[in-house]
Amino acid sequence: MIETLAREFRAVAPAVDFCALRFMEETSEILTVRQDVPEPPQLATDRGAMVTVIDKGGLGYAATSDLTPAGLREAAMRAKRLAALTAGRAVTDYGRIAMPRPAGRFATAVADDPARLTRREKVELLAAEARQCRIDPRIVDWEANLWTTRTRAAYVTADGGEVEQEFHFLVPNMSATAHADGITQTRTHGGRGNGFCRQGGLEVLDAFGLAGSGRAVAEGALELLAAPNCPTGKMDVLLMPDQMMLQIHESIGHPLELDRILGDERNFAGTSFVTLDMFGTYRYGSELLDVTFDPARPGEYASYGWDDDGLAAERQFLIRRGILERPLGGAVSQARAGIAGVANTRSCAWNRPPIDRMANLNIEPGASSLEELVAGIEHGVMMRTNVSWSIDDSRNKFQFGCEWGRMIRGGRLAEVVRNPNYRGISATFWRSLTGVGDAATVEVLGTPFCGKGEPNQAIRVGHASPACRFAGVEVFGGAA
Amino acid sequence: MKEHFFDLAGYVQSLAGAGEVIASHFAAEESDFIRFNRSAVRQATSVRQARWTLTLIRDGRRVDAAATLSGSPAADRDQLKAMLALLRDAVADAPADPYLLYAESPVNTARESVGAVPDAAVVIDAALEAGRGLDLVGHYAGGPIHEGFANSLGQRNWQRVDNFSFEWCLYHDRDKAVKTSYSGSRWEADDFARRMGFARDQLALLGRPARALSPGGYRAYLSPAAMEDVVGMLCWGGFGLKSQRTKQSPLMRLADGRDRFDPRVTIAENTAEGLAAGFQREGFVRPGRVELIRAGALGDALASPRSAKEYGVATNGANAEEVPESLDLAAGELPGAQVLQALDRGIYVGNLWYLNFSDRAACRLTGMTRFASFWVEGGEIRQPIDVMRFDDSAFRILGSQLEALTRERELILQGGTYGARNTASMRLPGALLRDFALVL
Repeated sequence: MIETLAREFRAVAPAVDFCALRFMEETSEILTVRQDVPEPPQLATDRGAMVTVIDKGGLGYAATSDLTPAGLREAAMRAKRLAALTAGRAVTDYGRIAMPRPAGRFATAVADDPARLTRREKVELLAAEARQCRIDPRIVDWEANLWTTRTRAAYVTADGGEVEQEFHFLVPNMSATAHADGITQTRTHGGRGNGFCRQGGLEVLDAFGLAGSGRAVAEGALELLAAPNCPTGKMDVLLMPDQMMLQIHESIGHPLELDRILGDERNFAGTSFVTLDMFGTYRYGSELLDVTFDPARPGEYASYGWDDDGLAAERQFLIRRGILERPLGGAVSQARAGIAGVANTRSCAWNRPPIDRMANLNIEPGASSLEELVAGIEHGVMMRTNVSWSIDDSRNKFQFGCEWGRMIRGGRLAEVVRNPNYRGISATFWRSLTGVGDAATVEVLGTPFCGKGEPNQAIRVGHASPACRFAGVEVFGGAA
Repeated sequence: MKEHFFDLAGYVQSLAGAGEVIASHFAAEESDFIRFNRSAVRQATSVRQARWTLTLIRDGRRVDAAATLSGSPAADRDQLKAMLALLRDAVADAPADPYLLYAESPVNTARESVGAVPDAAVVIDAALEAGRGLDLVGHYAGGPIHEGFANSLGQRNWQRVDNFSFEWCLYHDRDKAVKTSYSGSRWEADDFARRMGFARDQLALLGRPARALSPGGYRAYLSPAAMEDVVGMLCWGGFGLKSQRTKQSPLMRLADGRDRFDPRVTIAENTAEGLAAGFQREGFVRPGRVELIRAGALGDALASPRSAKEYGVATNGANAEEVPESLDLAAGELPGAQVLQALDRGIYVGNLWYLNFSDRAACRLTGMTRFASFWVEGGEIRQPIDVMRFDDSAFRILGSQLEALTRERELILQGGTYGARNTASMRLPGALLRDFALVL
């Protein structure tokens, strides 16, 4: 199909300075068992293509779900007209940007084909685990989900570039909610926002730890119900990977997006406290902080071979030993800013234009075991599993909350606490990083729902992180 | 598009076999999206898309499948026929659904709101002309939105809405900006110019030195745009029957009588006066008004068909997420022209940003001030404020600390364009608060 589409596109591509077609087809299935009742399966196929035209310095995009030659021609004409309308009135002379002409193929490595199990078998797998949540009448709601997606994508330039990519995504989740005496607490396995999300096949379920997760979340919710509120005060925090992924995402990932720094997002997602002059010199965090853009990590949620402008993806350090080195900016943003970036121009679907996104953004492991991280805290709290996130439009003043906390006193783990929250300022928070967990503490997570862009786009990103320790953080709990 | 929908709906109905009910939901748009930055065009995009969701119900079982349509009658018929074959395979393998509820009594509706949405060229010319010499960043989204429902029992529902939404900021420096929006179904150059002029006037105020506030309590006025964020948080699981019955609603303190809002707070799902369709995706026609908060106390819940069956109540045409689409907060008594005078000394919050729950069970919210927010003294705007984080309970904002709601309200189109443009809206007054807790 791709060969035919490429041939038909090239046959109708208009005579312009640059023209490309980006095709995407996603087939997905969502299975849910709630309170032991299987919900109707949700099946979907989303298929279409976007034509990009650059001509006389202008840029236009047009999306269509009509993939016939007539449909492609009509879309190309719409894109050409928009390019003409913007020529000489755009933020940059797009004609001066050298657009890649890529060639190659990328595919997710799948060890255990999801098709090995029938839909009924998958539902039974979820139902069996969900039944384990029913351990106490105070468990008032519980749910197991499995979301699988296969994506086929192609990027074709009129002058010969051609890339094909195939992705397999798998997102399992388990949650239980307990309620008593006016208190409601939820514990999840996989996170509130599907933080456990991977590329791969059924082997991802093993990595997820589906077996036993039902009982674990139910017990966790009851444990939180009985726990005291997290205390208020300045103390050390030990953030586990399922909170670190959010901390990285909001206070490193978004501020380093080059389109934000260039001002594109100021009407919606916001600007950044980071400015172009900071790259190469700015101390973003302590010496312990190493951050990479790594689209090549097998199985991580946003791994790929080329971005949606056809730029080949490769691992790069963004922050090394605490010093800011490189932004998250693709070919267009790099040309506009005059600074080297990474291959991260991405779109969430065929009907949205590509913009600078995070992809896989990871913290490199350090040298401390989890026991050593705990032992280094005299008074503090360990936090797991993000539940609340809020940060200002410059990505500086943040406030985050977690499902589960556990006090640490005298270097030892103590009681569990509920509603743990903390707040800080990105520009100083990362400098208070005093310990980075070793490879044994790393978890590979992410989110399917990173929101940004106008028109809005929710895109997949990956975050691998070890446990990390921060000193002197403002911590507080919930209402009494 | 309408003919295409009715043609395909009839075709799908003809495919229904004995004992089968087939329901269809159709959503389509022809949209222009134009982004601006620094008074120039960043991206201009044209999107034409149509999506059909097919639901097959047989023997108490249900399966759904959605797919994009090409727009070609023959190709789309073939695709829907193939989808139905897939669903027939799937439904045989699906377990019986005890919470299955579908529209069994056909109610046909039709609504067409044909407007005068501008061509992309008009928008680009107008925005660049207005932004000349200024730092304008913004986004225009406009064009027709189509939605339809059909089932094999003969029900047909159709809606077309032509509208546009242009939201833009005029930046002074860094994070200091005035945000303005212009939305409707008919672009009027004079109306756009008037709004731009108002934004320019406010921009001048941002040139004054900013005031850095210390954490603490302040008198505050929340504009309707800021109230959209506050009320939007209540919509996040607050009004749904499922979230209330499973004790996950942030309004549980209302439900069990531990707290209440001010008696002047009445919130309704006002479908009769909103832009969203009068039918939901499964074909249930919505009542004109459902009171969610009645004089400060919890009113009716939004009940989707599935929740209604599960909990044994009647559905009121709520969507599956049980989220309002035409929310209406009752107006108060304070004339808009007297807001600054009534505020006297405190903060005028033009916009809030990135709200979340800091304690969901207590309906405690956190978020940031953003854009044109000012320090007011002696009933006059004195200077912009640096952005501040608030952390406060909705039971204080809409309850104990609520001094007044404005007499005038704004109809705010929900500008969200995730996946597709939508027709959700809120009609909101501004709110004067005796005390608003800033924390960072």
